[in-house]
Amino acid sequence: MSKKYDAGVKEYRDTYWTPDYVPLDTDLLACFKCTGQEGVPKEEVAAAVAAESSTGTWSTVWSELLTDLDFYKGRCYRIEDVPGDKEAFYAFIAYPLDLFEEGSITNVLTSLVGNVFGFKALRHLRLEDIRFPIAFIKCCAGPPNGIAVERDRMNKYGRPLLGCTIKPKLGLSGKNYGRVVYECLRGGLDFTKDDENINSQPFQRWQNRFEFVAEAIKIAEQETGERKGHYLNVTANTPEEMYERAEFAKELNQPIIMHDFITGGFTANTGLSKWCRKNGMLLHIHRAMHAVIDRHPKHGIHFRVLAKCLRLSGGDQLHTGTVVGKLEGDRQTTLGYIDQLRESFVPEDRSRGNFFDQDWGSMPGVFAVASGGIHVWHMPALVAIFGDDSVLQFGGGTHGHPWGSAAGAAANRVALEACVKARNAGREIEKESRDILMEAGKHSPELAIALETWKEIKFEFDTVDKLDVQ
Amino acid sequence: MPFQSTVGDYQTVATLETFGFLPPMTQDEIYDQIAYIIAQGWSPLIEHVHPSNSMASYWSYWKLPFFGEKDLNVVVSELEACHRAYPDHHVRMVGYDAYTQGQGACFVVFEGR
Repeated sequence: MSKKYDAGVKEYRDTYWTPDYVPLDTDLLACFKCTGQEGVPKEEVAAAVAAESSTGTWSTVWSELLTDLDFYKGRCYRIEDVPGDKEAFYAFIAYPLDLFEEGSITNVLTSLVGNVFGFKALRHLRLEDIRFPIAFIKCCAGPPNGIAVERDRMNKYGRPLLGCTIKPKLGLSGKNYGRVVYECLRGGLDFTKDDENINSQPFQRWQNRFEFVAEAIKIAEQETGERKGHYLNVTANTPEEMYERAEFAKELNQPIIMHDFITGGFTANTGLSKWCRKNGMLLHIHRAMHAVIDRHPKHGIHFRVLAKCLRLSGGDQLHTGTVVGKLEGDRQTTLGYIDQLRESFVPEDRSRGNFFDQDWGSMPGVFAVASGGIHVWHMPALVAIFGDDSVLQFGGGTHGHPWGSAAGAAANRVALEACVKARNAGREIEKESRDILMEAGKHSPELAIALETWKEIKFEFDTVDKLDVQ
Repeated sequence: MPFQSTVGDYQTVATLETFGFLPPMTQDEIYDQIAYIIAQGWSPLIEHVHPSNSMASYWSYWKLPFFGEKDLNVVVSELEACHRAYPDHHVRMVGYDAYTQGQGACFVVFEGR
């Protein structure tokens, strides 16, 4: 039915608040936590979010009538109170699939977390979760390899993988850096890692680093009889330089490279991920800048959304926090988003922060990486929390060993295997953690010394961003 | 053990992936791990290889995967039969997971010389 053009300003809720709407299976659904300015009704705030993140402008415009906006507009279909918070509320918004370019995470985020976040009628706005319809998911390539393929390539089964970031993070020459890689790998780690801010600085250009690391891996594999890798950071100033570094890693027969998906950006990440699939390269993903975006409980984007976006954009491993180490993250929330990385279906579960059922179809899974301020005493909890499909990374907890990095690596490997063996045998490894580690230490002087060195170190601060529960 | 303040010399060891850093398992401990494989619903699978080829993706199957086998004693006797037939080979126990098409568990039970 044709409509008349009626110039002027209408309330958003007249058009974008549709409580009777039943979302379609093909709709992209979003849950925002909204805190409006004083006096603005919830429905108006929620409708404004729906409008500004889809088709709306502040004024009615004549050209709207050239199309049928009912086919394209986002609709707020539900409002819910936030438990324990009088000001904020959840707005659930449904977006028709045709609002988005097929397979473009960049496009989805530009709409959903674009201009709307600066909107004056809002004091705070946080994107809590997105339900991607299976139709959109099938348009995304996802992880270049996935968990199962990575295990087959690296020949690692039945346990979490073990890694470590090379320290000091900046300032080592290429050859000294390769030395530390070699020490860690010969000591029993599966992977070592470039720190995120190692790119190509004057003290160590990337090519020099790649060559020495490749030699370190080769010798460590020959001596230990196990497969090894090092996440070569190809994050660069331009896409051209990024691909040049990736190509060189391939020339050196390296199994894995690394990218920083937020500072590098989703467009770069998706492109690199496609390159990795084409070239048989594993892709490790770092998340520098995430806490700027995801830590404030009322404003920004929750990490579960960033994690979902990364799985769609592509990566074989993603940092998720540790729960027990030096960095932010509570247990239930972390379990909620590591499910989003690894499972093929994740049901709605508010106690884990998941607002929607999420069907991932046949998309491969992403390893959860736990890294930051963890040491051998944390091992039983880490194995219990993260399970086998994870990479546990000990930086200070490897290099800080009194005998050096190789002994530190061996201590971690012994502790890890002792925990896995005990778990398989039916023991409660968190409750019995002390006994399990002390028993294992009897057969390994490296572990016994590590247990002594780090016996008093804990990071017990309250979490800033908590789940909204009573 | 007493705390040693002097720096020790860590010697690189050649290992065979998962559980390679633990002391050899006792018979009971091996049984526990096989029971875990069966309890997970995975198929027991036995593989062996000459030590000179241990880094290869493919080791030889011992017979075929024991699809659906739930009897611990059957698995143990097959492990021993494989070791008798190839005394100089590494023999490993695998829990084959058809859902992921991967190995939910994998560890060496007998090391060849």
